[in-house]
Amino acid sequence: MEPLGWGAIAAQVFVQFTPVWIGMVAVFAASIAFKRRLGLYGKLFDSTIGMIGFALVLFWVFTAIFADGIVTHDPLAQVSGLKNAVPGSPVPEGTEGGAYYLLGGDNLARDVFSRMVAGSTVVMQIAPLATLFAFMVGITLGLPAAYYGGRLDTVLSFLANLILAFPVILLFYLLVTPEIVQTGLPSFMAMVLFLFPLIFLGVLFNSRFYTQPAKQKVYLAGIAGIGGLLYLSLISQDRTPIDFWPDALDLFDIPGGILIVFVAVVFVNSPTVFRIVRGIALDVKTRDYVAAAQTRGEGPWYTMLWEILPNARGPLIVDFCLRIGYTTILLGTLGFFGLGLPPESPDWGTTINDGRRLLSIYPHPAIVPAVALMTLVLGLNLLADGLREESLRD
Amino acid sequence: MALFILRRLGVMLLTILCLTFVVFFLTNLQPNLEKLAKTQGNMRMTDEQVEIWLANRGYDRPVFVRYGEWLGVLPGWVGETSQGEPVGRCTAEGMPPLAEGEAPPAFCGVLQGNWGWSTVFRAPVGEIISTRLGLTGILMFWVMVVMVPMALLIGVLAGMREGSRTDRSLSTVSIISTATPEYVSGVILIAVFASSAVGLRWFNGTATSAMENVTFQNFTLPVVTIALYGMGYIARMTRASMTEVMTAQYIRTARLKGVSFRNIVMKHALRNALIAPFTVIMLQFPWLLNGVVIVETLFNYKGFGWTLVQAAGNNDIELLLAVSVVSVIVVLVTQLISDIGYVYLNPRIRIS
Repeated sequence: MEPLGWGAIAAQVFVQFTPVWIGMVAVFAASIAFKRRLGLYGKLFDSTIGMIGFALVLFWVFTAIFADGIVTHDPLAQVSGLKNAVPGSPVPEGTEGGAYYLLGGDNLARDVFSRMVAGSTVVMQIAPLATLFAFMVGITLGLPAAYYGGRLDTVLSFLANLILAFPVILLFYLLVTPEIVQTGLPSFMAMVLFLFPLIFLGVLFNSRFYTQPAKQKVYLAGIAGIGGLLYLSLISQDRTPIDFWPDALDLFDIPGGILIVFVAVVFVNSPTVFRIVRGIALDVKTRDYVAAAQTRGEGPWYTMLWEILPNARGPLIVDFCLRIGYTTILLGTLGFFGLGLPPESPDWGTTINDGRRLLSIYPHPAIVPAVALMTLVLGLNLLADGLREESLRD
Repeated sequence: MALFILRRLGVMLLTILCLTFVVFFLTNLQPNLEKLAKTQGNMRMTDEQVEIWLANRGYDRPVFVRYGEWLGVLPGWVGETSQGEPVGRCTAEGMPPLAEGEAPPAFCGVLQGNWGWSTVFRAPVGEIISTRLGLTGILMFWVMVVMVPMALLIGVLAGMREGSRTDRSLSTVSIISTATPEYVSGVILIAVFASSAVGLRWFNGTATSAMENVTFQNFTLPVVTIALYGMGYIARMTRASMTEVMTAQYIRTARLKGVSFRNIVMKHALRNALIAPFTVIMLQFPWLLNGVVIVETLFNYKGFGWTLVQAAGNNDIELLLAVSVVSVIVVLVTQLISDIGYVYLNPRIRIS
């Protein structure tokens, strides 16, 4: 078979992404049809920049979801003779999967296109969730720091500044090397950091339904039951120092490396979120409705979580989008230095690191994930920009 | 003001102490020490041999005591190996040579000016840090020379007429540049300008030769790679501050007086619009440090960032401690300068 030309490659790649296009068209059609009823999300479709950003993000979300249908080959399978193959090289007869290596092969003769698609799943699994966790940690600590002030604020701010004073890469090297993983330090950090979402949700519902004991008990029991089970399955991993939870009740084990990377990224992001939340809360605290709530005799946590937090949501939503992008960059940095994830992992940072050694001769194995990472981060930045513009408008 | 600076310096000192202790503690955890012993001694050492190796070098004592010795507030360790030879921290390699018959000093830590011995490079840490910092200084200088004027120009041009076509296209450029981390832009730049696949072999794909002799060819790509990522952020801040100034009352007054647009921008708006970017530029230094680590690894330029990776990857305890002290000082001093500079540049804060 003849190698494909650039036009044919583009056409084939386009066809491979069919499920993604269908999904995107469906979401866009539905959103534009009902955009007046969808609040801030609907207003996003009034700004071109916001729509472009949203489209880019949506593209990668659907790619991650439908990755199994999009890949042409197993992202770990090696086909002999296709080492560093140029884009569009035909695959020898009789091998599994598609007829071509659409975007070429890497230095271990794996399909670059499939690895890029599979990498999006890894990134999409970690980045948004890690950002969400970082926000819960930052909010749970930042609100009381701003609300109570005084010594609590001094201590928490000092700790946040201490973590921020570390160069990020040094911190990663200190937390993610195999030797540190052996000591169980990341597992213990996971224990502490993953407790925050539970505390956050617990306090959130407790303060809201404090006056309705019947509902309060149901919600708290629900959070403690479901959340507690998830928490214990999450932190208890086989073959780590924390492995006490019976396997029968252990819902899932996270594959090697991902939990550690997750913890490291949450840990690095939380102090910045803390500072942002603290700054906004200090400002919102002086408003009249907060004074009104205090005069009504509402508890401090109710005031923080149901009066201050909802009024700080605008900047926080914008920052959330930006921070997912930043988390993606951090994940790439980890991969670039070969930390955390296993070396055969298809995530973008690791693939860039693999490809850079032969960059001046075979650029395609590194360029493809690099462009993928860039478009996702760009999409998130544009989305944040569009949201900011639209939320300032009214 | 003096009190403010003093208090900040106090907090800074406390931060450095906490941070170095954290680094010291983490690098001295048992698995890390075992790794150090195996890389320095022999990969196939048994557990017992590892323990003897560590004991001979004083690594088996409590971490607080050894931190005190490193700091120079506790007398340096003196002991003997299992063969009965005397060893000690203050007589080890890398310490200043002693005159004939002179007794070794009791204290030899950072406070006495001894930064210790690098186990990876087999050289005194102080020496390594100063040469590497010099190399990174050259890189940073050129990054600043490229980045700051470009960023300010883009920001001012974009913010001058908010909403115009120039504004939109320049803002898009700055968003794209902030969305491209160094390892992405570096890879793309090398592939386009230095690879045989594209064929434009304008620049070198490595900067190793730039350590002796900086030329346009070997230094452009690393400098541009770092500058691009920081540029977008500074440009956006400049634009925001410029658009704010352009809607101010005194600008409207000047326009109504009939001052030309050019003069308004150059004489009235620019000075006031550049206060905010100053702080942002200063706060970019810590970020640049990150970029420096990535770019120096990518382009194989053996400066400070490259040293950080080597020290961290090989668990070179004393070198890593020195590296963290230097980078923390950089971060905190730039924060201090940006705070003080902000007060000086902004008369409204200075007077109140």
